[in-house]
Amino acid sequence: MADLVSHPDEVKVVSRRFGLGATNLDRYLELDGYKAVQKALGMGADGIVNEVKNSGLRGRGGAGFSTGLKWSFVPKQASKPKYILCNGDESEPGTCKDRLIFEHDPHAVIEGVVIAGLAVGARTGYIYVRGEYRYLLEIVQKAIADAYTRGFLGKNIFGSGYDFDVYWHGGAGAYEVGEESALMESLEGKRGIPRIKPPFPAVVGLWGGPTVINNAETLASVPHIILGGAEWYAKLGPPKNGGTRLFCLSGHVKRPGVYELPMGYNLRKMIFEVGGGIPNGRALKAVVPGGSSTPVLKSDEIDIAMDFDSVAKTGSMLGSGGVVVLDETTCIVKFALRTMKFYQHESCGWCIPCREGTDWLKKTLIRFHSGGGMKKDIDNMYYLSENMLGRTFCPLGDAAAMPTMAFIKKFRQEFEDHLDGKPCPFEKATEPVLA
Amino acid sequence: MWAFTSWYFASFVVKDLAMKFSEQFEARFAEMLTHYPTKRSVLVPTLLYAQDEAGYLSDEVIEEIARRLELTALEVRNVISYYSMLTTKPRGKYNVQVCTNIACMLRGGEELLEHCEKRLGIGHKETTPDGLFCLEEVECIGGCSWAPAVQVNYDFHENLTTEKMDRVLDEYAKKN
Repeated sequence: MADLVSHPDEVKVVSRRFGLGATNLDRYLELDGYKAVQKALGMGADGIVNEVKNSGLRGRGGAGFSTGLKWSFVPKQASKPKYILCNGDESEPGTCKDRLIFEHDPHAVIEGVVIAGLAVGARTGYIYVRGEYRYLLEIVQKAIADAYTRGFLGKNIFGSGYDFDVYWHGGAGAYEVGEESALMESLEGKRGIPRIKPPFPAVVGLWGGPTVINNAETLASVPHIILGGAEWYAKLGPPKNGGTRLFCLSGHVKRPGVYELPMGYNLRKMIFEVGGGIPNGRALKAVVPGGSSTPVLKSDEIDIAMDFDSVAKTGSMLGSGGVVVLDETTCIVKFALRTMKFYQHESCGWCIPCREGTDWLKKTLIRFHSGGGMKKDIDNMYYLSENMLGRTFCPLGDAAAMPTMAFIKKFRQEFEDHLDGKPCPFEKATEPVLA
Repeated sequence: MWAFTSWYFASFVVKDLAMKFSEQFEARFAEMLTHYPTKRSVLVPTLLYAQDEAGYLSDEVIEEIARRLELTALEVRNVISYYSMLTTKPRGKYNVQVCTNIACMLRGGEELLEHCEKRLGIGHKETTPDGLFCLEEVECIGGCSWAPAVQVNYDFHENLTTEKMDRVLDEYAKKN
């Protein structure tokens, strides 16, 4: 349903089957479907973990942790059943990639779940799809049912003697549930409140059993690594940042869309060549490189390679791949306010620094943007954000604090321009770019 | 005393009027119970499917689901209040959800919301007098690259302008 785009610089790995009708199981089999899981059955658990480790695949949900390493933390012997949980609760503002994966290639996710299960010795996997994505949940339900009919799931998969079940699960609207421990709480039928760590889910997860939680894009990448080999995958990106990534270009660009580009692709090129540049002859002001929780980059900071380590060096994060582009007519204070409104709405209220911090920041920003700002507010907001960092169970507090600090640090002048009852200097200049 | 007595008898009536869900709901519910080691795990998706059929999570629906999952109604309400898609109040037949989060805001999401408010004559979380439409300003729905995006119930409408939005609303009005 969502439109597909393409660009010659794209390297299609995860998006290889997009638009080719791979939701149909027969079509998926024609396109090398379920070959990876059969290969994995002969590789042994350690063989799979090592292959994924060597591929340099890092979590596509935002944190960028090595997937192979995460799998290796699961104890070999466990008294409780082990689980694989696919995180399809995509809700980071700016991110819309998992939607395309479920829409066009649901079997790749199922295959990834099974391979992860083989790697850690689990017998059950869950695919959690956010509640708003009802049409995608229906696609996933059908894909799972089809796979059962052919004996790809259930008892004795592919005649290997190994049993593996995959089940679907639907959410009901919560950003916070995208955090792994909150995701488990939600799947257990509770409020999505994060759990304290340690113990990490790899040791104590769903119903107390060791659990591997991976993003849908991460799991959809796994079958390609098993088939193409770790070396091939690792070489697609710079060292320690293997493979490709689905980048969701949005905001003020001529050709927004989801593009699969190699890790380490230059951000300026991504905006001006792949995305076609800024519409209406305007100049670039800033870029949010990886979803709303990543610190903003100024227009002179975008000559960087889009991989986890290079973006981290600039003080920002590659995050979930949502590249939001802001042109010169955008009011940073208003943008910061909208971001904070979101975090205040989504904070689950469990940890005080996040619950109270997001609320105070939102209130201050509302007053600030409407002309009631005081000079000391600017430093107060920075100080408040600083004190939220690292003081919450889950990273939602950090996700609200980090971008706010970057907005203030990098665009302090714009905050000062709102002082002394002055109206927002951008209010008239901002015209919506309606397609 | 009177209040207590009427509540006491009313609670029997509620149990007698066991909620009726569709066959499809019942089949899905029975299947889901086999997916998890605990009954409670089916709660969140079950609530959303029940809401789809009943329109909202009424006291009867909550009682019924609590009974089936061996939970108290309070435990169920506790979960309902956390999830933004679940509602315990009746609302319009078509829930118009306009995203104004960052990517949509940059491409006119707020203007779209304002347009819908004017056209429908209602604000955030309000319902039109004929019960046909209700309006909601929502957080990111995953339409960022096709912004501004709107969801009407579960259907996505993307790359919208105010004119396109009018056509979308006309279609839903005609459907009725």
